[in-house]
Amino acid sequence: MKLQEYQSKQIFAKYNIPIPKGRIAATATEARAIAQEHGSRVVIKAQVLVGGRGKAGGIRLAKNADEAEELATQILAMDIKGLPVRKVLVDEAANIEREIYLGITNDRTARKPVMMSSAAGGVDIEEVAHTSPEKIIKSYIDPLLGMRDYQARDIAAGIDLPREHWRTFGQIARGLWQAYTSCDATLAEINPLVITSDNHLLALDGKMVLDDNALFLHPDLAEMRDLDVEAPSEIEARKYGLSFIKLDGNIGCMVNGAGLAMTTMDIIKLFGGEPANFLDIGGGASSDKVAAALRIILADRNVKAVLFNVFGGITRCDEVARGILDALKEVKTNIPMVVRLVGTNAEEGRQILANANMITAITLADAARKAVAVSKGGLIE
Amino acid sequence: MSILISHKTRLLVQGITGNEGLFHTQAMVSSGTNVVAGVTPGKGGEWVLGGKIPVFDSVKIAVDATGANTSIIFVPAHFAVDAIFEACDAGIPLIVCITEGIPVQAMMRVRSYLDQKHTRLVGPNCPGLLTPGESKVGIIPGDIAIPGNIGVVSRSGTLTYEVLYALAQTGMGVSTCVGIGGDPINGTSFLDALALFEEDPHTEKVVLIGEIGGSDEERAAEFIASHMSKPVVAFIAGQTAPPGKRMGHAGAIVEGGSGLAADKIRALQSVGVKVATHPEEIPSLL
Repeated sequence: MKLQEYQSKQIFAKYNIPIPKGRIAATATEARAIAQEHGSRVVIKAQVLVGGRGKAGGIRLAKNADEAEELATQILAMDIKGLPVRKVLVDEAANIEREIYLGITNDRTARKPVMMSSAAGGVDIEEVAHTSPEKIIKSYIDPLLGMRDYQARDIAAGIDLPREHWRTFGQIARGLWQAYTSCDATLAEINPLVITSDNHLLALDGKMVLDDNALFLHPDLAEMRDLDVEAPSEIEARKYGLSFIKLDGNIGCMVNGAGLAMTTMDIIKLFGGEPANFLDIGGGASSDKVAAALRIILADRNVKAVLFNVFGGITRCDEVARGILDALKEVKTNIPMVVRLVGTNAEEGRQILANANMITAITLADAARKAVAVSKGGLIE
Repeated sequence: MSILISHKTRLLVQGITGNEGLFHTQAMVSSGTNVVAGVTPGKGGEWVLGGKIPVFDSVKIAVDATGANTSIIFVPAHFAVDAIFEACDAGIPLIVCITEGIPVQAMMRVRSYLDQKHTRLVGPNCPGLLTPGESKVGIIPGDIAIPGNIGVVSRSGTLTYEVLYALAQTGMGVSTCVGIGGDPINGTSFLDALALFEEDPHTEKVVLIGEIGGSDEERAAEFIASHMSKPVVAFIAGQTAPPGKRMGHAGAIVEGGSGLAADKIRALQSVGVKVATHPEEIPSLL
């Protein structure tokens, strides 16, 4: 789960990372009032969970309160990469001498957290990693020991930070480590961390991504979830404990297990079709969960066919079959459906669906071929 | 006939009195596994499965009483990390963690700790281990695979069942199936499992089932090129997965252009691994 810039910076401030004076505004009038309080130049920053806000015109400098109101009006009316701007952050503007990158993330290969820094701040760090990886200084952190102060000094030296800033940089690095661990983040980054013209270090922008698996430990953070970034069908699916991701194709998929769900999407594509979604109903799914899943799939108007692929283990095929019938009682549809049931109670499941006018298949390949054919208006013998 | 588990396995079930723990203990016993003990703190002294399996309050007490040498964990994510540490500190050399949803930072601490001990962890978020006809430490349906000489290693659950089923349909049997799990940080990697299969005299060929996210498959490809004499056939799930989205498994995500299925397939093919276009194609490539 991604946090907005202002939320990330609030967490940074809690751990003694210096951030610009600023507040969040939902209207242009509020933005004006905040600018007036600051009594200086301010930056109006769109709060949306996508990269490239600046290029899209979502970050603008205002010389005074009038201008702040005007720019906030414009930005609050924007959509950036399809996401509506509902809030702006109004920060006191800083005079920037130099921009640095500082971040902590999980390194899957090393199986440890890694602190990364670059003298080339303010730009996309992934791009720096591709074009000039030597400009990124890394230090791996033992998760049992935590970040040690020498690691921050090594990094400061590595990016040629003037010695006078090492102490503050160490404090910021330690704060970032605390923010990262205390929130169970998978990423905590300051980009840019700037040296101002009056020689202070300041975290101008912040980004945190939290581990979805750890949100049960942090109910306060879980509440910060921004529903704008998710399709309504994905929000609905989460209510039922379904793992659902909407795609652009026209063949709805209902599968048990994430790996098999991906494979089902892949095989549809392999045989010339386009999957409409990723959907894992999970292990041991009950019939009402299956019914909810089918409703969500059929609510997508692009869907021209549905493919059920269930490999019964803990999940029982007869239970899935009952769920399908229950959902079809509520949602009347002419959309053709292909069913493949294998494993635990598959035969019982097939019998339950015998009168439901569905196309059956034994192998996965056969099921995919049939689903692709009917999605294109073809007929199956 | 196997790696990691065999008829010598003396299994302890952590979380044996829970619904899942009890259900799968029964299934493991039916698959031939010697389940010697269960652990549920506060329920020591009870017996389960009609009085056949004793329950203990701690792993240490259970190990002392029964000589258990392998543990399987069914406890919820909240308590699973502690359960792993407990089994490790009781000296159990092989721990299989089925639990899904363990926070990744907690798993990094677990890994860091286990790396200093002589304990192997399989999982978390995995279906466990199956040596058909002999032993099962996990939740893989025991009847979908037949004994044989093919080693299977996979990051997935039901997709693995699909492959085992496809192999059995064509009369091909399995030495051991290892589900390493779908989390970004796990105990046993592809590389670890491949090394064990290479050493196992009863495994002649290996099937590797990977998916998007991370670079474990790429490192497996390097290992295959430099260390493996046995043929490997692979399948990689998630070619059509959109970037930046977590596809069910915590570890199945394409981030910043890395972890792509296409890169993994290319890496494996470049070292001579045949990569199936779909699971049912695997038997013909063996």
